[in-house]
Amino acid sequence: MITLNHYLFVSGALFALGLAGVVIRRNIIIIFMCLEMMLSAANLALVGFSRFRVTDGLPDYAAQSLVFFTITVAAAEVAVGLAVIVALYRTRQSVEVDTITRMQG
Amino acid sequence: MPSFLFYIFAAITLGFGLNVILARNPVTSALSLAVSFVGLAALFISLDAYFIGIIQILVYTGAVMVLFLFIIMLLDIQKEEAKRANLAAVVGGVILAVVLTLQVASVLGVFKEGAVSTKDRALSLQTASKLEEVAQVKTIQKDLEAGTLPDAKLMGMMLFERYGFHLQAIGLILLVGTVGVVVLSKRETPSKPAI
Repeated sequence: MITLNHYLFVSGALFALGLAGVVIRRNIIIIFMCLEMMLSAANLALVGFSRFRVTDGLPDYAAQSLVFFTITVAAAEVAVGLAVIVALYRTRQSVEVDTITRMQG
Repeated sequence: MPSFLFYIFAAITLGFGLNVILARNPVTSALSLAVSFVGLAALFISLDAYFIGIIQILVYTGAVMVLFLFIIMLLDIQKEEAKRANLAAVVGGVILAVVLTLQVASVLGVFKEGAVSTKDRALSLQTASKLEEVAQVKTIQKDLEAGTLPDAKLMGMMLFERYGFHLQAIGLILLVGTVGVVVLSKRETPSKPAI
């Protein structure tokens, strides 16, 4: 029997994977993808709580509205972030985070 | 949903998510992430969130991941993948992920409110069809009385009635994002010399 805890565990594991990716990888595009993965993991937890908080016989649609807004903001964020990465590549000819050290003291 | 489907889709989501980190080729990573998001959309649909599941496929796999692939191919970063990974970062990242997963698992082990299945929290559509705010919208009421969940219609009702202002704010964010992208990707052209 699949319970809310199953979904929450998948959500937590996906978030942990994204976090590990951000720490391990040095390619800035992969890091950005892992950020998207973490956002989606949070969305899974929200949808899970929404389905299991039944009010008046319906799922809690406030939580699903929040997921909708999160997805929209994530889409805008991806567009701007990728534009920043392209601008960075133009000046540095690299997408490795190790090579971007100008602000290091 | 039968429980074996949950395990299949959870395995797809997590397995391809792992492949995003492990793959040396950025194109493999992007495609793995797309498959992972499809698995996640299936989990959303298993939670009766049909609208969110479809949006997840349309927006993430359809738009966002294609944008990622587009940028990867535009920048041509295949040649930089030969370098070895930093050992300290690998060890730190793995430890961080394992500790976080164990922490989540231990919290969920004592979270008694979470040990409920969808059968314990069944939706009662007949009860919902008698709600006052639902009765104002005939098409939703008809669907509920027929025993189907009009997920997209209910989402629309929620978004436009209660979160109308937030919806406009999100539209503004998208507009600002679009303008920002154009400004960022415009090349600095040297100004024409005055004649």
